[in-house]
Amino acid sequence: MSEKRILMSGNEAIAEGAIRAGCAFYAGYPITPQNELIAYMAKNMPKAGRVFIQAESELAAINMVYGASAAGFRAMTSSSSPGISLKQEGISYISGAQLPAIIVNIMRGGPGLGNIAPAQSDYFQATRGGGHGDYRLIVLAPASVQEAYDLTREGFALADKYRIAVMILGDGVLGQMMEPVTLAGKNAGKPLPKRWALTGCKDRKPNVVKSFFMAEGGLEKANLDLQKKYKIIEKKEKRYEGLFLKDAELILVAYGTTARIAKNALFRLRGKGRKVGLIRPISLWPFPADAFRMPGRKARYLTVEMSYGQMVEDVKLSSGCAEVDFLGRSGGGIPGEEEIVNKVNRMMI
Amino acid sequence: MKKIFTRPEALKDAPNHYCPGCGHGIAHRLIAEIVDETGIRERVIGVAPVGCAVVAYDYWNFDCSEAAHGRALAVATAIKRLRPQNIVFTYQGDGDLAAIGTNETIHAANRGENLTVIFINNAIYGMTGGQMAPTTLVGQKTATTPSGREGKGHGYPLKISEILSLLPGVCYVERVSFQDPQHVLKAKAAIKQAFLNQIKGQGFSLVEILSPCPTYWGMSPKDALDWTRDVMQKEFPLGKIK
Repeated sequence: MSEKRILMSGNEAIAEGAIRAGCAFYAGYPITPQNELIAYMAKNMPKAGRVFIQAESELAAINMVYGASAAGFRAMTSSSSPGISLKQEGISYISGAQLPAIIVNIMRGGPGLGNIAPAQSDYFQATRGGGHGDYRLIVLAPASVQEAYDLTREGFALADKYRIAVMILGDGVLGQMMEPVTLAGKNAGKPLPKRWALTGCKDRKPNVVKSFFMAEGGLEKANLDLQKKYKIIEKKEKRYEGLFLKDAELILVAYGTTARIAKNALFRLRGKGRKVGLIRPISLWPFPADAFRMPGRKARYLTVEMSYGQMVEDVKLSSGCAEVDFLGRSGGGIPGEEEIVNKVNRMMI
Repeated sequence: MKKIFTRPEALKDAPNHYCPGCGHGIAHRLIAEIVDETGIRERVIGVAPVGCAVVAYDYWNFDCSEAAHGRALAVATAIKRLRPQNIVFTYQGDGDLAAIGTNETIHAANRGENLTVIFINNAIYGMTGGQMAPTTLVGQKTATTPSGREGKGHGYPLKISEILSLLPGVCYVERVSFQDPQHVLKAKAAIKQAFLNQIKGQGFSLVEILSPCPTYWGMSPKDALDWTRDVMQKEFPLGKIK
């Protein structure tokens, strides 16, 4: 595997990460700002002997992923916000049937058709399940092109390990931005043996992949099994980056592209002697609550998002603070470094 | 003594939930017989619909997947592309295949996916209590067309098989009926053809079965069979369409 750094967009890095993680099947539907991803897959999946299908709809794409995963293969689809809303049916079925899958959402403005500018306003949809029923996705939020590559690979391993759908949640900036990437990184692991997969019932009893449990108590038991799995994931799979947390009197909380901007603001503020820290959640579900529960910490929190505060309640619940400050824009605006610095200066007077 | 009639290996020894006189039991058995006869039980993968046959996998003795309502052909497309050595079929009702899943149906057919589709046309939504289906006849009374279906406003009976037959990706389309034993045998021959086409790699094959629903047609099982012959066939003529 090459160790040299190559220049790629976030969309391309996710696609290459998937191919190198052994993604055997990709189906997608064109939507901006993730079109480089589907084009990369169209070009490179067949070269690698894998299956690429341009589906007739987002619904077909996610249900193809359901079929591919039911057949025992690593599978992925990608889209952007309005397309992800359409996929919620399939995501719910994938979750109910406990199928591993990767779903990429390169977020754009909403609600409705919104616009094609970057946004982070699908946070609730991503972290609360999104479709019908009691279920969760593992949600990973890269903040650089390298991390987009790495987390996609890691996502495949997590999906297999827990038989769960993993969402890679980026935004239009991350998808389009080009940065150097080292194509190695964390091992995606070999696909685990899938004794439940549909292969034909040679030398065994028939397998059935389903999310339908009509017998009395059947669905409740299935849902409790899901909850048990989610508890383990909440315990083991929380990820975040923390900066200057020890002495921080004010902690910025931001993920993805916004965290990059917040980090720049942080260094400027530290340069002026402001005791500011940063928590960058990498897993949005499970939310890295531990990062907010340091004994003796008396810091205030300022959440920075490209949404109108969808992450604020997770910060409140994790930190136990009744008041959490918020700076954010959505619908095309991106919170700027200057805005963050000014807001912090006003808060720390 | 020679045993001349037995339960196919591909059919489980399980009581089914279908109403008396329903066509699903016949269709399940024919598929199971063909799976046995072609020796594919250990490599066949069925995709069950949402509708009355939602738990078809409880009756078939081979690997099966559930699919969301209308999405069976998207699910089947992926399974077959990844496992070309397996024999993959979908089993879908009229609402599943020709209303909520029309898009998946037309595009899987148009891509020429090497799949077998068993399409149960009983001109009604059974599972949900007898509402209008895309194939409901003009004048037919249902829970959602209490005064009878009118073409304008409710839509005309959708001839999805004829529509599919126009697509270059489609290999074989035939409409059959369960109206009497002779026609059941003809139906079996058509279903077998649809499986053999896939085994030979010839592409998308669909068999539409006019199947009785005595419960929601409000008829005795015998009258329901006669209705498929005397009324349904006027709208949906039998025979090879492609």
